[in-house]
Amino acid sequence: MTSVALTQARAAKVSRLWREVKRNWVAYVYISPFYILFAVFGFFPIVFSFYLSFTSWTGYGQMDFRGITNYIELFRDKIFLISFWNTIVIWVAAHVPMILIALALAFILNSGLVKLSRLFQAIYFTPMVTSSVAVAFVFMTMYGVRFGLINYVLTSLGLQPIDWWGGTGFWIKPAIILLFVWRWTGWNMVIYLAGLQGIDAELYDAAKIDGASYPQLFRYIALPLLKPIILFSLILSFVGGITIFDEPYLLTWMQTLGGTNYAGLTMSLYLYTEGFQRGHLGYASAMAYVICFIIVILSAVNIKLFGRPAGSA
Amino acid sequence: MMSARLKTRQSRTAVGQALSKIILYVIVIIGAVLSFLPFYWMLVLATHSTQTIFHYPPPLLPGNHLVANYLNMLKVIPFWKNFLNSLIVASVTTFLTLLFCSMGGYAFAIYRFPGRNQLFSLMLGTMMVPSLVMLIPWFIVISRIGWINDLKALIVPGAVSAFGIFWMRQYVLANISAELVDAARVDGCSEFAIFFRIIAPLLKPAYGALGIMTFMGSWNAFFYPLVVLKKVEVATLPLALQILRGDPYRGGDYGVLMFGTALAMLPILIAFWAASRQFISGLTAGALKG
Repeated sequence: MTSVALTQARAAKVSRLWREVKRNWVAYVYISPFYILFAVFGFFPIVFSFYLSFTSWTGYGQMDFRGITNYIELFRDKIFLISFWNTIVIWVAAHVPMILIALALAFILNSGLVKLSRLFQAIYFTPMVTSSVAVAFVFMTMYGVRFGLINYVLTSLGLQPIDWWGGTGFWIKPAIILLFVWRWTGWNMVIYLAGLQGIDAELYDAAKIDGASYPQLFRYIALPLLKPIILFSLILSFVGGITIFDEPYLLTWMQTLGGTNYAGLTMSLYLYTEGFQRGHLGYASAMAYVICFIIVILSAVNIKLFGRPAGSA
Repeated sequence: MMSARLKTRQSRTAVGQALSKIILYVIVIIGAVLSFLPFYWMLVLATHSTQTIFHYPPPLLPGNHLVANYLNMLKVIPFWKNFLNSLIVASVTTFLTLLFCSMGGYAFAIYRFPGRNQLFSLMLGTMMVPSLVMLIPWFIVISRIGWINDLKALIVPGAVSAFGIFWMRQYVLANISAELVDAARVDGCSEFAIFFRIIAPLLKPAYGALGIMTFMGSWNAFFYPLVVLKKVEVATLPLALQILRGDPYRGGDYGVLMFGTALAMLPILIAFWAASRQFISGLTAGALKG
């Protein structure tokens, strides 16, 4: 008797569920494009990539299963370790000056002492709307060793010209970093400016009556209140920075593997070279998973250290 | 302790005020010059021949080689075909993204359907996966479908995004009441008519911001076109520029290269300067509202 009641209850539940599904069929139609496209271009690749990472495959012929050999080789691969180090160095060295400049400019524009704030904002923002390719080409011509604009300025000032791509490869990273900072400072500045504009003007006024100078207003009022916004923008730019590809690829394209001494080789660039130019699809897939793992770990550390910024989802 | 330090500051004179104002102006103007200098340099080189570019001192004023650079560029890449390719990819991707994301966001915000929370969490989860993990099998899928050298390889996978749906949902939740939808139903509107006739027009601001983000991302994209487009006739503009650079005869000609770069950049620069407010708020909306 109980089993009959149970079956009936379950049947009623299922039919109620089914009724709900039918009543809301339009909602499923509306959300279906995402799930269909994700299944084909997202879910399947994620799974297949995982499988590939245990094989050696060049895209044709047989797929040889080789266990975790790819992963072991990866950790012994000096070039991969260099690319990991390069990626971190470029990320940090680009973000520190970028945040400082963006903060200073945002604070100045917010102070009301400078007119035409809108115009300056638009000017600073312009580099970000252009394509990475266009921007890289323009910088490449400025970085010209014998006829570039920067070396012209340096020699006019009586300084040594920079051998951007040669020597020990030291200047390759600064070349990438300078381009990155130039392109993204304006974007960060606008974000910080929006944060500053959200700060109650009365706070400034009260501090000004107490005789606080602008550097003090910046240090003791603006900066603490901006902290969550800065952290949030950092987390946003984190994945993009760890997977940076366009800038190092385009600037070191004349050379191989990131230029002299692999100085410009980032993890994405190495993955691209292994996967698409050398056809080591299994090895490149293992690399993709390791990079993904690094991102997850570093994001977790990020969130642990700084906490979830207030106001974010 | 701090107030003692502050008191000494109170004796600041008007001269000091004016001086700090001048310093601030100098800083923001230097920033503006540095932001603009590369664009100016690009325009200058675009008007010069290799002879005058590879010369000491380098040219700092426009030259007279503009037309020659244009004609030389056309010898290597079919610029206007590439322009059209970029326009097609960016417009169609943007149109589909706006359509699908607003539909999805609206569904998640208004309907209470079985599985809604699970499906939504799944979608948010996909945003956490770096696209690098999918790259190689993604390429294999594209080549098996036969979309290598086909613009569909860029349009179809980019036609909807988890971020866009999430963003549209937030907008619908904040701006559209469920009563409005119910009232329309009582009036006998069909479900599709409610969305396309009543809701969609109310989403204009959200369409604007997401549209600018999507269009710009698509117009400027380099990596995915590099992976799937192998012929110059199907290349989008950024890829065509890279092909121009790789040309054994004209690749080293900075005048030609900068001309192509400038011409490719011009439409987006004009659009940006015509509507910089909308661009800036659209392109930072993800960071400010996310």
